[in-house]
Amino acid sequence: MKKTAYIGLLCALAIILGYVEMLLPVFPFAPGVKLGITNLVTVFLLYSFTYKEAALVSCIRIVCIGFMFGNLFSIVYSLAGAFLSLLCMTLAKKIKGLSMAGVSVIGGVTHNIGQLIIAALVVESGSVFFYFPILLCAGTITGLLIGIVSSEIYKRIPGRIGNDSVFKR
Amino acid sequence: MKKKDLFLIGILLAAGIMGFVVFKGIQKSASSNEQILKISVDGEMYGEYSLKNKQEIKIGNTNVCQIEEDGRVSMIEADCPDHLCVKQGKIKEFGESIVCLPNKVVLEIVTDDEKTEKIDSIAK
Repeated sequence: MKKTAYIGLLCALAIILGYVEMLLPVFPFAPGVKLGITNLVTVFLLYSFTYKEAALVSCIRIVCIGFMFGNLFSIVYSLAGAFLSLLCMTLAKKIKGLSMAGVSVIGGVTHNIGQLIIAALVVESGSVFFYFPILLCAGTITGLLIGIVSSEIYKRIPGRIGNDSVFKR
Repeated sequence: MKKKDLFLIGILLAAGIMGFVVFKGIQKSASSNEQILKISVDGEMYGEYSLKNKQEIKIGNTNVCQIEEDGRVSMIEADCPDHLCVKQGKIKEFGESIVCLPNKVVLEIVTDDEKTEKIDSIAK
């Protein structure tokens, strides 16, 4: 039961972070470049629990944010990025020698790639791939920042909640 | 942070910067040709416009874009909820584009010879 409450709490946090991110200004030179602070929660969950919990929270966050501030379109668009990045992060986590920062960098970059692919499919034009280099750099830098912050949070949360027997069903 | 992390970050940044340099190179070599604005909606060609004429172009009922005197193109109106395309600002160089995803509108700057090539291939 404690696990359910904990995941609920993190869902709320993810939604708030998603809202905060919407308030941040858009970079004029590169459309769609965002800090990705909601990825903090995803990376944290991926390490504290498993990819399943991370996917659940991402899904709830995107649907809630989508219905509150966006539309059906923005939900699909976000889901594509979130799930490609979660898939790649889950795989990257299995690579030995890659720390949270590296996993988060992979997440940031693949999130951008996922959205770019959807964008290219929707507009049926390859012109969006001209932004690929910028998005690659941006994804790496934001991913690194998020990775460093989430590893610091992960270190400081007492008792490593995910491994705590209380949280196992 | 471990060695592999730094390695990964290094590779990704290098790839990004290299891509950017290549893109800039393409832009430079294309700048000698005349640039035009190509508008497409839902993957279909909507129209091509010279950057020399100052004008406002209505795209369907959803978007309005503007060409300024100095050839800079911007989206000035859109009925989509996020208005990302309007916030993006102005584009001028070859290869740059403004995309309004909800309305599937793409503003793209291409060179004029791309157009002639297309006509040639149709003529063939």
